[in-house]
Amino acid sequence: MAEPMVEVFIFETRQFLDQLEQISMGSEGNGGFSEDDVNEIFRAMHTIKGSAAMMMFEEISTLAHSVEDIFYYIRELHPKQVDTTAITDIVLNAVDFMRIEMDSLDAGNNPSMSSKELRDYTKNFLRNMKLANGDDPDIDLRKAKNAQKKQPAPKQYYIGAAKPEPTVAEAAITGVTGSKHVYYACIHFEQGCEMEEVRAFGVINNLKDKVDEVHHLPDKILEDDNAAEIIRNEGFRIWFTTDMENSEAKHELDQTIFMEKLDFQELDSTAECEYWPSAMAVAVQAAESSEPIKPPMPEVFRPEIAEAPKPARKQPSGGGTESQMITVRVDKLDKLMDLVGELVIAEAMVTQNPDIAGLELDNFQKAARQLHKINGELQDSVMALRMVPLEGTFKKMNRIVRDMTKKLGKKARLVLEGEYTEVDKNINEHISDPLMHIVRNSVDHGIEMPDVRVANGKPEIGTVVLSAENAGGEVVLKIQDDGGGLNKEKILDRARKNGILTKPEEELTDQEIYSFIFAPGFSTKEKVTEFSGRGVGMDVVVSNIKSLGGQVTVDSVYGQGSTTIIKIPLTLAIIEGMSVGVGKSCFSIPISYINRSFRPDAGQIFRDPDGTEMIMVEGKCAPVVRLNQVYGIDNAIEDETNGIILILEAGDQKYAVVADKLLGVQEIVVKPVPKYIQKVMKTTGISGCTLLGDGSISLILDPQQLNIMIYE
Amino acid sequence: MDDDKSIIEEDEDTQKDKYLTFGLAEETYGIDIAVVIEIIGIQTITNVPEVPEYVRGIINLRGKIIPVVDMRLRFKRSFREYTDRTCVVVIDVHDVLIGLIVDGVSEVLTISSGDVVPPPDLKASQNKYIRGIGKLKDDKENVVLLLDWERLFSEEDESLLSDINDNSKEDEV
Repeated sequence: MAEPMVEVFIFETRQFLDQLEQISMGSEGNGGFSEDDVNEIFRAMHTIKGSAAMMMFEEISTLAHSVEDIFYYIRELHPKQVDTTAITDIVLNAVDFMRIEMDSLDAGNNPSMSSKELRDYTKNFLRNMKLANGDDPDIDLRKAKNAQKKQPAPKQYYIGAAKPEPTVAEAAITGVTGSKHVYYACIHFEQGCEMEEVRAFGVINNLKDKVDEVHHLPDKILEDDNAAEIIRNEGFRIWFTTDMENSEAKHELDQTIFMEKLDFQELDSTAECEYWPSAMAVAVQAAESSEPIKPPMPEVFRPEIAEAPKPARKQPSGGGTESQMITVRVDKLDKLMDLVGELVIAEAMVTQNPDIAGLELDNFQKAARQLHKINGELQDSVMALRMVPLEGTFKKMNRIVRDMTKKLGKKARLVLEGEYTEVDKNINEHISDPLMHIVRNSVDHGIEMPDVRVANGKPEIGTVVLSAENAGGEVVLKIQDDGGGLNKEKILDRARKNGILTKPEEELTDQEIYSFIFAPGFSTKEKVTEFSGRGVGMDVVVSNIKSLGGQVTVDSVYGQGSTTIIKIPLTLAIIEGMSVGVGKSCFSIPISYINRSFRPDAGQIFRDPDGTEMIMVEGKCAPVVRLNQVYGIDNAIEDETNGIILILEAGDQKYAVVADKLLGVQEIVVKPVPKYIQKVMKTTGISGCTLLGDGSISLILDPQQLNIMIYE
Repeated sequence: MDDDKSIIEEDEDTQKDKYLTFGLAEETYGIDIAVVIEIIGIQTITNVPEVPEYVRGIINLRGKIIPVVDMRLRFKRSFREYTDRTCVVVIDVHDVLIGLIVDGVSEVLTISSGDVVPPPDLKASQNKYIRGIGKLKDDKENVVLLLDWERLFSEEDESLLSDINDNSKEDEV
């Protein structure tokens, strides 16, 4: 595991990377970089550069710097010719590079890849762009700044937080305008607290969104190697103007960690400030160091609470939402969940205690009911904590569509619907891969080339709609494209070749034909491309979704597109299960697999010559599984007329399971089988275990696995 | 991380060289006190199908489900019915909790590393699960077999373990 500092770095950098990806792709979609976009990308890259340099990750820092240069150029000189797509490519490549490095950092390795190639490419690109716009390719940033002086561009370009004052001279003379106060503060940090420059940077960062203008000495905190030394010796001196009252402003600064001494005084005007560079000077400086005074970061909404790899900490967003969001480690949530599970069991142990059985305890019962109600609500709330919106996962698909359309020369856009639908965090993580495969398929197989589309009377740009909605206890995800649709003949043809036809062709329904595309090794595509055609993919989708307890179906109209529908349960952690007793053992079966249960009449089960037991279900013959035989349980009921039969459905197949008795339906908290047991156990059709109300353990049957066991 | 942990453990003077001793058939075994989480009486065990005989099943330890292994059967001794003396020693093997069913626990002993001798290097013996043999100062006759819990539970059935890894990989693809 990474150190706390590194962990914070990874977390923040990842947030910036996500942001970068979204912004740059958004800009590409809008056909150009708006001022805000340029500023934001610049800022994000700059921050990554700074923190990476601080963490000594040269390669990341220099790469960020080279990308930053491009945006610096755009920001300062407003070149006419900007190849948005190419720049987006550069940003995305850089983002990918950094993502990989973050991953390896997260895994405890040191970032090792060289970014030289990307860097050189970026530099060349910038050079060419400058040439194309008639600028001197070797123009350096100073010259850019000089050019700026002659032809002043809007000032907000280089002064973020600093509101451009009317004129430099005026500002210096008139000093404070309106209710502005001018303060001077000198912060001395404790001896030996180390990294004074970083702490000073933090102070400025905190102040930034609360003050109008701030200047400090040393003026280059992170760039200047001597900054730490100066701060240590002379203190960190800040001058700022703000609306805040004296005490308020002082309180702000008092919160600084490791602060030993704070000199704080109010000044009459900025003219009294020892160091108060003019707006132009700030611009010059910003140009030199490419360190702008940054306005507050836009709010970054990261709903994936669970993804945050670090302890509870306030969201680094400004404004009023700060107190609304906290980031929590997943293991803490899991722990909470476990505790609530225990609480439920403990409650049952108290209220169903044998010591009070049969007693008339009105008041006790009343209190117990109240306890039960609160426990139930608590359990629901804890479950809700684990729910995160699908938004993040959905947005990743944007990138896939973009990359693919570019490579394949197709035109398509992705429309997201219901991306705020919440699902359990585990599901959110596991749904990403299947969705990616399906979206890829939609673009690769579904959407036609632009000319074909136009010839068919469709809009040139294809549409892939990715939608999500809650339906009862399930989430329904739909991936719909307006492409060519599935070709039944082709699929049938292929199915014949692969020999996977299960029944006579004329009996197959459309649904059944379409479902062949989920078979392993199945592809109607003649050519294998980078993205698809190898026939792996769809079967992976199916197995991934199945492991989440969900199902996939496809529907299509030839020539008009196809729709893939995925249904998954809202949560993995709690399922509704039917508990059955066999001998002294207890098994739970997910209720969704149970077709019906009944007590059979004598002779309803019959045997074939090999002794295999069967039963007629809805006119079809289904095999019979006796749990006591499969799992070698003693003292179970052998005569099924005293027991119970459950008809289970796994996919299209039905089979009967014989148990002793039904114990009832209840919500069960799924716990994994202990690792050690998994290690020594063979495949048994048991997917987990759970605790029953009385504290005893029940094994959860996996009807799918059991089905495979029977049929093989 | 693991390195850190072991360093911490070594630094932990209070737990160093201390062993919880328990009886198993005729012998006395010892296990590092650092890995012992707690000792509980025998509980209702839920059987799990298709596991080796020595894995008796799983128990509910305050909401945690942990496997229990009968150490008598593990070391190929005869099975003995559980009594009031029978104990489950819950140990933590790299964050995996496992319960060991033993005939009974006796005491916590301090055996300095100087008093531990390596077991004879016999090929056919089960000594691979014994890290050393501790001599008792006051009683020259009695020895304590120090369990190599790490080997016993982490490296056990390596072939099996890798099989499972392969399977899980397939599932992930």
